[in-house]
Amino acid sequence: MYHRFDAIVVGAGGAGLMAALQLAQHPGIRTAVISKLYPSRSHTGAAQGGIGAALGNHEEDHPEWHTFDTVKGGDYLVDQDAAEVMCREAVESVYELEHFGLPFSRTPEGKIDQRRFGGHTRNFGEAPVRRSCFAADRTGHMILQTLYQQCIKHEVDFYSEYQLLDLIVNDGVCCGIVALNIKDGEVHIFHAKAILFATGGFGRAWKITSNALSNTGDGVMIAARHGVPLEDMEMYQFHPTGVYKLGILLTEGARGEGGILRNDSGERFTERYAPTLLDLAPRDMVSRFIYQEVKEGRGIKGKDYVHLDLTHLGADVVENKLPDLADFVRVYLGIDPVRELIPIQPTAHYAMGGIPTDIDGRVVLNAEEDVMPGFYAAGECACVSVHGANRLGTNSLVDIVVFGRRAGKHMARHIQEVDFTELPPKPDAFSREQLGQLLSRESGESAAEIRQHLQEEMMDKVSVLRTEDKLKAAQKTVAQLKQAYTRVAIQDRQTWYNSELLETMELGYLLDISEITIAGALVRKESRGAHYRDDYPSRDDANFLKHTLVYGTPDGLMVRYKPVKITKFEPKERKY
Amino acid sequence: MQVTCKIRRYNPTVDEKPYFSVYRAEVEPTDRVLDVLNTIKWYEDGTLTYRRSCAHGVCGSDAMRINGRNRLACKVLVRDVGNRMTIEPMMGFKVLRDLVVDMEPFFEKYKAVKPYLINDEPAPVTERLQSPEDRAKYDDTTKCILCAACTTSCPPFWSNPDFVGPAALVNAHRFIFDSRDQRGADRAAIISDRDGVWRCRTVFNCTDACPRGIQVTNAMEEVKRKLLYDRA
Repeated sequence: MYHRFDAIVVGAGGAGLMAALQLAQHPGIRTAVISKLYPSRSHTGAAQGGIGAALGNHEEDHPEWHTFDTVKGGDYLVDQDAAEVMCREAVESVYELEHFGLPFSRTPEGKIDQRRFGGHTRNFGEAPVRRSCFAADRTGHMILQTLYQQCIKHEVDFYSEYQLLDLIVNDGVCCGIVALNIKDGEVHIFHAKAILFATGGFGRAWKITSNALSNTGDGVMIAARHGVPLEDMEMYQFHPTGVYKLGILLTEGARGEGGILRNDSGERFTERYAPTLLDLAPRDMVSRFIYQEVKEGRGIKGKDYVHLDLTHLGADVVENKLPDLADFVRVYLGIDPVRELIPIQPTAHYAMGGIPTDIDGRVVLNAEEDVMPGFYAAGECACVSVHGANRLGTNSLVDIVVFGRRAGKHMARHIQEVDFTELPPKPDAFSREQLGQLLSRESGESAAEIRQHLQEEMMDKVSVLRTEDKLKAAQKTVAQLKQAYTRVAIQDRQTWYNSELLETMELGYLLDISEITIAGALVRKESRGAHYRDDYPSRDDANFLKHTLVYGTPDGLMVRYKPVKITKFEPKERKY
Repeated sequence: MQVTCKIRRYNPTVDEKPYFSVYRAEVEPTDRVLDVLNTIKWYEDGTLTYRRSCAHGVCGSDAMRINGRNRLACKVLVRDVGNRMTIEPMMGFKVLRDLVVDMEPFFEKYKAVKPYLINDEPAPVTERLQSPEDRAKYDDTTKCILCAACTTSCPPFWSNPDFVGPAALVNAHRFIFDSRDQRGADRAAIISDRDGVWRCRTVFNCTDACPRGIQVTNAMEEVKRKLLYDRA
């Protein structure tokens, strides 16, 4: 089936909905939002602790301080011009969300309440600052709900439960997408002048993850298939406090409210590593501290986890400021967080890298920043880069609202300036062949076994502590799994709501993403932010103060580099 | 531990009528029911079909009937349901395949109550103020994840599919009691309609079913009282 819209937004999380809302302000522009889930299921809804903005509702704060923290938190791999834009527009974006109806928690004066969060400081690192604007510990849920509500108000067209299959590019211009209606298996072509990918992350490449089962990097890999490089893919964040064995996120807001990490002897071990910010050091560091404690035998009972201690906060703080956390801990662990210690371990959480874009969401193809006309990306699938080598807590929500908004505005201008680019012949041929192969192969490898092997290998060898040997071993394993995947066979031959088919396609994306992540990690022979190499434990600005760009070519992966944009803050040693 | 899982199956394109498949799976007592479904799907029967995403009770994809009660499969553990479980789709919506039901009518009802803030006054430069006390009045109903567990457990909804249902009313409550909203009257007109809040018979199934712990029946009672007081 053929559709024609001015704008197509793929993904209905915060970035996609924010862009769709901007486009909806223009009555002449026809927009469709396509998502493999119903919009309210998007993973933005799982974000908990808050959205950072220098409102200064409790104490002095400035966007410039926020920018500095973002740059330092990202271990100076952040493009500083983009970080400046983000931290400045964070303030108006949060007020806009409030005007949309977002039910923020309130101060006694009725203003938006704010709390401390990891790596957010006053006056360029002096002490923690209250910058995270929150709605209890379900800020992402409230952002997602509020944006979806506003889209309903503005009558945005949704195609829910449509799986993205391909991007359509004609002579270097992006002119549409191919999607599968999950319900009946029909292939649809959406022709458009501007296409935004807001397709989210890919935490499901790892065994322990906070990510939804749907976070499989579909958009990222589909872009890469069309010659778009992927930027800084080796920069993958492990959040320090995932529920032991399950990976479910327990918000950093818990430490923002005063929670403490303790090892087997009950020691507050962050005192030894980050004497100023303690438990509120940035995530890459705290995850490493935990791995170090475990490595040196101070994990709980010698095992691979430590404790999050909230017992001194009192029932009032836990129940009112962290109600969802309390619920998770009770349901999944059978523990009362008011009185008992919570077993936690670092969990695969967030991709700093992704599809390279400029500050208006336009996808760029190289170090010279040549754009692919008509193609945009925003949110976790994109790399602006505002997170550099390590994202600060609360900045993912800032990223989606600020850059979703900017991308939407730029798309609206672009649409008014250009005509439709003609579709190439048979734009859905590749997708139909891909589907046909998967639906017709009689017997072969099991997707579940490949997936399990991949996730274990990535967790073991491509997580918080990396070495050349481990990365090379993982590279070999992933190559073997990719081979096996060419023979993968599914049982379900129906076209009608075939979720096995979708899961198997998603596995293909995870395999490719893992391969690229490892390639980036191997060439970056230094330690920076989330990328820590035991064999190269120091940061090496002389050789690696630059972004990696990995291209897929017929001859294999090709690595190129792009300079980091430095405006105000010269790289310094990162201490907290 | 080994569990026996009896699942209601139906693919309207090939099956004349629904039937049950019985599976045995080796799982941990602390696994989620969703893990049981995934184990079956991944290692035994790839055709088993259900929705799922976040796997920790915040996205609302996997509401279903587990041993006769509406639950999220990812928010109930094996040890809490025992080693025999019967899993069926939610009641009251058309089954698309196995445990997947047609959610379109559900979202249409949600949209019908104008689930968005309406305030036509020019917005201030900063935030609109709201006291913590005013914010608390609708806190409970902001938790809704639109999973439909409440609506599909509601006997008045089963007998009258036109009833707007508890989930839509929870979301109406969320805005009616928000001090920043100015169009309570519009919503009141919609929900005091023939198929509105007065269809509620305070059975409390919805409150029992809510995986977010929302006091759903209480919210509907607050809406009813407000309608009556505003009329008086």
